[in-house]
Amino acid sequence: MKPVLFENSRLIDPASGLDRPGRLLVQGGVIAGTDLPQAEGAPEGAEVIDGGGQLVLCPGLVDMRVTIGEPGFEYRETVLSAAKAAVAGGITTIAVLPNTSPTIDNPALARLLRARGEETGLIDILPYGALTRGCAGTEMAEIGLLAEAGAIAFTDGPHAIADSRTMRQMLTYAKGFGALIVQHPEDPSLARGGCATDGELATRLGLPGIPAAAEAILIARDLRLARMTGGRLHFGHVSTAEGLDLIRRAKADGLRVTCDTAPPYFDLNETVIGDFRTYAKLSPPLRAEADRRAVCAGLADGTIDAIASDHMPCDADDKRQPFAVAAAGGTGLCTLLAVTLAQVHAGNLDMGAAIALLTHRPASVLGSSAGTLAVGAPADLCLFNPDTGWIVRAGDLPGKAQNTPFDGRALEGRVVGTWKKGRRVFGAQAA
Amino acid sequence: MNERGHGSNVFVNTPARHLLGVQGMHPSRITPLLDLAEHYALLNRSRKTPRDLLRGRTLINLFFEDSTRTRTSFELAGKRLGADVVNMSVASSSVNKGETLLDTAATLNAMHTDLLVVRHAQSGAPALLAQKVQASVVNAGDGTHEHPTQALLDALTIRRHFGTFEGLTVAICGDVSHSRVARSNIHLLTAMGCQVRVVGPPTLVPGAIGALGVSIHHTMEDGLRGVDVVMMLRVQRERMKGTQVPSAREYFRFYGLDSRRLALAKPHALVMHPGPMNRGVEIDSRVADSDQSVIREQVEMGVAVRMAVLDTLARGGESA
Repeated sequence: MKPVLFENSRLIDPASGLDRPGRLLVQGGVIAGTDLPQAEGAPEGAEVIDGGGQLVLCPGLVDMRVTIGEPGFEYRETVLSAAKAAVAGGITTIAVLPNTSPTIDNPALARLLRARGEETGLIDILPYGALTRGCAGTEMAEIGLLAEAGAIAFTDGPHAIADSRTMRQMLTYAKGFGALIVQHPEDPSLARGGCATDGELATRLGLPGIPAAAEAILIARDLRLARMTGGRLHFGHVSTAEGLDLIRRAKADGLRVTCDTAPPYFDLNETVIGDFRTYAKLSPPLRAEADRRAVCAGLADGTIDAIASDHMPCDADDKRQPFAVAAAGGTGLCTLLAVTLAQVHAGNLDMGAAIALLTHRPASVLGSSAGTLAVGAPADLCLFNPDTGWIVRAGDLPGKAQNTPFDGRALEGRVVGTWKKGRRVFGAQAA
Repeated sequence: MNERGHGSNVFVNTPARHLLGVQGMHPSRITPLLDLAEHYALLNRSRKTPRDLLRGRTLINLFFEDSTRTRTSFELAGKRLGADVVNMSVASSSVNKGETLLDTAATLNAMHTDLLVVRHAQSGAPALLAQKVQASVVNAGDGTHEHPTQALLDALTIRRHFGTFEGLTVAICGDVSHSRVARSNIHLLTAMGCQVRVVGPPTLVPGAIGALGVSIHHTMEDGLRGVDVVMMLRVQRERMKGTQVPSAREYFRFYGLDSRRLALAKPHALVMHPGPMNRGVEIDSRVADSDQSVIREQVEMGVAVRMAVLDTLARGGESA
């Protein structure tokens, strides 16, 4: 493998606080140095990538909430098509939800997913283990054995654990393995049958609503259970002001709780479902503008620990249905960086904080060593131009699934190249 | 517009080739439709409708939900204008209703249908169909979204009695949450200048309905006082089994329309109901059959309004 020298780029590594123009050398698939003196020439036979003073080089992004169709729903997305979409978005590590068919509730399947990721040569897959057998919400899955097999954390994916007693037991048991539980924060009985956030728009459209408070109600319960049990808890795709307030206060009280959100919840509000636009049907549903602003505030003040794509591939036939029966979910891999950068361009986040939310911080939540530019670490890298404009077009996205809620959105910031373990896996000269 | 959107939203009028809803329809588009319907009401009574108007045009009544009344009304409207009318009832028990819907659309396209009247249990289904067919689509009721021809026929009935909408107060009573009739009427009557009240138990009145420009009342005594029109909604029996309302008899006791409650309205207030009625549940028989009831006239105006809609769409004229 040829050495690669990145020149004239802004190096950002939130894990070490690095943010300055510089040169980064990759040798033997690992990061060999980040502080090469300008006078020193490129090593013998090295490929030189010149950032022209405009490009940003950061760790390959770590996306902690991704659904892929494999196994069971390959018509929506395969590991390989998801991997292609990921690297096009600068992502080199994805944590994959277990609600596949079969569900990832036994150790062999967790190992299989890790191996399938490696086979692509593009990305690392960190599998979530099912929290309950079959993600059915009742009986415990084999948390210990799954953790041994490489399950990074435990969740039932898009289903919240409805029963308080079960949730208490899960938190208590998982604590014995130091395992993290990731909860979908939505009270299932309040959410049942709903497909849009309760309010004026849902009333006008005649769509069954879910009260925004369904999120806070579940978060309040689970925070209390986490306090009771000492279990480690993370909330996925938090999307309401009230839910974030509860988490903010719990953190201030010293509780070990974390949360992420997804780009639709800080970039879009519920009005995009107008005229029954099913590509904008998500779970949890898009919220009112006040909640969107609260998510932006949660990003800025650090309450939110990570931005995850919440990538959920759907086939066109899953979406080409009346709104209430259409599948929920949107793709998000290749728009993750650019929609996050919109927060930087809008002045809500500085570049370093934005990159931290996409690399080091989700990796820390999951206890993964990915997401840094540390010398000796695998050279998983994302090189991007923060100012390149482009327009999201469903139908033209990399990967198989095209159900983006951002169709037609003009964005600034585009990935120029992605490297996995020192090998270029996306960009002009992808090997 | 397709499932991806493309910038259009709910606050923008739908294309003029279809009638998908009343929301966003301007009075300047509503009034000519009512005028034309008034004209057809007179022709219907004299049995001299222009049977050559839609000659050679095909109208398909595509009903994914059972409805004898609305389907018959559209069928008569089409036939009185000379269209070839075909009724299609599609079983709605299939899980993949959407697939059926789009497959049906492809079939209908191949048949060169001109006018497609659609009823479906899912909100937005006619809008989805409208994207995929060449025919003009008339929404004959979709889920809990809209039922535009019902609102037009209700408006015509009201206008025939009062001559105007200005200054009128209309109470819409019952299961507002699950009512497409209520939504379409709210949009239309507020657009025409009426004061609209909604009346019902809090479990059957969405909290956000006030944003549509109506006042909310939770007792009939409060809601009916001084109104010009009492519009009752049908309450589904399955909603009165303890989930939204404890029982039918409790519902009638507190939210049924009887003569005592009707006396709170103005002396000659109209009583309306979109049908079919649950006598003894939402409305007392004596009220339903009283001089103040215009329920049968609503049915008559229904045919006239649907003729006006079909005529307007077939001519490619202005509509919502």
